Amino acid sequence: MSPAGQDVWVHIEHLRGKVAGHTYELLGKGREIADALGGQLIAVLVGNEVQPLAETLAADGVLYVEDAGLAEYTPGSHAAVIRALVEKEAPRVVLFGATSMGMDLAAVLAAVLERPLIVNCVNLQVRDGRTVATSQMCGGKLLCEAEASGPVVVTVMPGSFPSEAGLAKSPPPVEVVPMPAPLEAVGMRAIRILEPEPGDVDITKSAVLVAVGRGIQRQDNIPLAEELAGALGGTVCASRPVVDQGWLPMSRQVGKSGMIVKPKLYLALGISGAPEHAEGMKDSDLIIAVNSDAKAPIFDIADYGIVIDMYDLLPALTQALRGRRA
Amino acid sequence: MRIAVLLNMVPDLVEELEIDSTGKALDTQWMRYVISESDDHALEQALLLKDRHGASVSVLAMDYGDADQVLYAALARGADEAVNLTGIPETGLGKRAAAATFKEALGGIRPDLILAGVQAIDDLDAHVAGMLGGMMALPYVGVTRSVEPSGEGKVLVQKEYPGGAAAEIEVTLPAVVGVLSAPQPPRYVPVARIREVMKTRTLDKREAVAVAVPAEPAVIRLFKPEPAEHAQMLDGSPEELAGQIIKILEDRGLAP
Amino acid sequence: MPGRIRPGGEGLHREDTELSGDMQSAVPAGSAPSSASSDPRTAWKAEFNPCIQCGMCGGACPLASAMEYTPRHSIYLLKEGLLDQVLKSNTLWLCVSCYNCTARCPSGLKITDVLFPALRDAAISAGHTLPAEFKKALDNTYRYGNSLGEGPRKRIEWTKGAGVPVPIIGQLQRPVEALWLVECYPSYHPRNQRQAQAMARVLHATGVDFAILGPEEHCVGDCERLSGEAGLFESLVEYNTSLFDKYEYNEIVTGDPHAFNSLTRIYPLATGRRYPVRHYVEFLAARMDALRPLLKNRIEAKVTYHDNCCLGRMCGMYESPRELLRAIPGISLVEMPFARENALCCGGGGGGMWLDTVIWQAAHERLSDRRIAHALSTGAEVLAVSCPFEASRFEDALKSTGNEGKMIVKDIIELLDESISAPGVKPA
Repeated sequence: MSPAGQDVWVHIEHLRGKVAGHTYELLGKGREIADALGGQLIAVLVGNEVQPLAETLAADGVLYVEDAGLAEYTPGSHAAVIRALVEKEAPRVVLFGATSMGMDLAAVLAAVLERPLIVNCVNLQVRDGRTVATSQMCGGKLLCEAEASGPVVVTVMPGSFPSEAGLAKSPPPVEVVPMPAPLEAVGMRAIRILEPEPGDVDITKSAVLVAVGRGIQRQDNIPLAEELAGALGGTVCASRPVVDQGWLPMSRQVGKSGMIVKPKLYLALGISGAPEHAEGMKDSDLIIAVNSDAKAPIFDIADYGIVIDMYDLLPALTQALRGRRA
Repeated sequence: MRIAVLLNMVPDLVEELEIDSTGKALDTQWMRYVISESDDHALEQALLLKDRHGASVSVLAMDYGDADQVLYAALARGADEAVNLTGIPETGLGKRAAAATFKEALGGIRPDLILAGVQAIDDLDAHVAGMLGGMMALPYVGVTRSVEPSGEGKVLVQKEYPGGAAAEIEVTLPAVVGVLSAPQPPRYVPVARIREVMKTRTLDKREAVAVAVPAEPAVIRLFKPEPAEHAQMLDGSPEELAGQIIKILEDRGLAP
Repeated sequence: MPGRIRPGGEGLHREDTELSGDMQSAVPAGSAPSSASSDPRTAWKAEFNPCIQCGMCGGACPLASAMEYTPRHSIYLLKEGLLDQVLKSNTLWLCVSCYNCTARCPSGLKITDVLFPALRDAAISAGHTLPAEFKKALDNTYRYGNSLGEGPRKRIEWTKGAGVPVPIIGQLQRPVEALWLVECYPSYHPRNQRQAQAMARVLHATGVDFAILGPEEHCVGDCERLSGEAGLFESLVEYNTSLFDKYEYNEIVTGDPHAFNSLTRIYPLATGRRYPVRHYVEFLAARMDALRPLLKNRIEAKVTYHDNCCLGRMCGMYESPRELLRAIPGISLVEMPFARENALCCGGGGGGMWLDTVIWQAAHERLSDRRIAHALSTGAEVLAVSCPFEASRFEDALKSTGNEGKMIVKDIIELLDESISAPGVKPA
């Protein structure tokens, strides 16, 4: 392996035999950064019997560490391994997703490696040989451009970069590295994974919400919303009047007297946007509102708006989404 | 079990955030501070451990942004001790320096378990809890939704994954945990009790040990995203609209 | 006998214009001047010894059928030392402070002002899990001085759309005739901001020398008091009284019946002082000579008026609002069933605005839905109100009951404003 001084390393996040989608975004952007720095793009894959996952990673090389003790993720074990690798090779930039796993690793590693840490980036570039990152702060109300002149650890918000560039056209070379750190002193062990209770939906945990309001008009129209939610990989929620009618349970209510949600996508169908409802969803990352009334207040807080009867739009949208999957 | 809870004051988003004339920091003239939401949950998690398993709870905060109020409220909720670290700049410290400051203060407390919120909204450079774990060379798990004792000198945490799944991880104490949420929302404390505590209890004011404030990451500028007064309206036939929506979702990495 | 509704419609308040000993008990524990009795936290229980268990309160309560224990039963359990049972029930969260029980109690017991706030205070202090919305409203008031959780600077946003100058007394630096307490919903809630703007124009048109407090203003705290947060109310009383004492004015005017309720009946007990205060219906009715000539535009509509609980049952103000409505040319006033002292509460008072889910789940009905049916039965095109909670509650009720478009809801001040400055209103 070439001297690593200007290399960009990407942490490959995986769970239950699948590479996390945003990892490809990191690889795509990592490629640009590595090229600008004149270094290589290396993927860091740590786990047990997961070498096949390396095949889809678009990188100059993959560092693979395998051990039975790494079968289930714990921050302690993975951080110990990655730390040892980074101390040995000293890459310039280490990229993590701003995710449950990524946050743990990035924070601990930045501290023990005494590197600056920049979190929640939505943009990354090289300027005059410095790493310049644009980070989201204060619930998205503020953006901060910051720079590091040397080695740095960065976490990136999923959804910031396109993922196609991170998908390999052919499998990259894999270097199998023997366990570089003992796991005994890690101080934690994974016991098991808990699956979410089926049917007991926590809408505050859903990244995509399809919200229905009075405009849905009848209970037997709810399945149409559910189909759309399914096609988007999301969950159906509702404004208070729909729950009052008993068409959806209280657990789905969004608003002042329901849940406060901050999903990545809030698709509001037939919701007028009264203050009591807006309070529950106004901090969503992306709000798309559909309402037949052009003066509905929801259009004042939505990012995109469509004045149309939701029943004219729903079938076309669900169909188009399904068509993509095919 | 001895628990230490670390509280950070962050800008209250209720008021409009203004950027000062340097363009690199927030204008603090009208700014109010509020306890970081996940720190509030960390305190609740600690109090639940106290209620159910008899732990002792010490709360630490740095003295800026009305930290006094928050510490009194913590005592009113049931914390045993509240430490206010003085000698801190009015606008607080970056998170790495905050972690280092807390590390120094914790030396005198020697807790078994350190709970802090996993991240704060004004985190640019670090997550305090994770940084602290690294600095103190203690086991660290973040993004937890519950912490329970698990036999001698251990705790069992549930670490959240996307979609509502979670990992159960057993951690050997002493350790640092970055709390995302407590099993129940932070308990309400009646104003009367806070007022009573303010009259009858005192905060433990201790001089914070000065720590190095790192030069990097260096802020180039702060700016606000383009505010939209009104939604961008889309037009066309249902099929065209569907296509436009999908393009918007693809651009954001939201299209399945 | 205190606390009775007199025939002829005079409410409770009119009787007790002097600070009388038995009104002491209307003050929640902790904010009363200390009396000879023991722990103020439990002294209130003795207030209910005169209860004869007649059941008038339970019979008058619009939500009693949804309560696990009616007010009468709760007092019975209280006397038997079984308070805990009541604290665990849904009863204490279903009171919307409509004062119907208090108005009819033959023993003059302060059920609304003492029993329910004390029960709630006990539940809060015992660490019972509070409904999330309710807890948030109280947290918000403590932090920001308003239950909506909005920042102080935003309190004057509405003045930009008023069309007339709205001076802030701290900037004016001189005495004014009327210190206008705008209150929280009219300042922050989009639907109610229109009422604040209308009131600014009406005050201006009638030549009133007024000013508002601006960002310094905090909630008067009536609903927080009724919600059982005695400590919060105490801190608001302290804050507001030192604020009121800073400035010079002839009287306080407000469009908020709850603020009027607290300032008139409770603040004097908590502070030993009286603030001259009127609700705008009285204030403007007294200025009819100046107002009537300004009401130039006809509003051709059949209007019915809903008597809100604070101005009506508690304070006996039935005539001034009607006088104002009758002064508007073109309006014909019809009475709806259950008017005046028999009016059915809209359900927003005493924390009702923050207990919507709890009340809905227990009762499967909103009082505003029931009340809108009374209004609709008159065939009126306009429902006139004079409390900020009501505009959005009744507009919502029209939608929920499938009656959208059959009636519009307007505060009296909005109708006066339209008659002064805009052509006649027609139902939407």
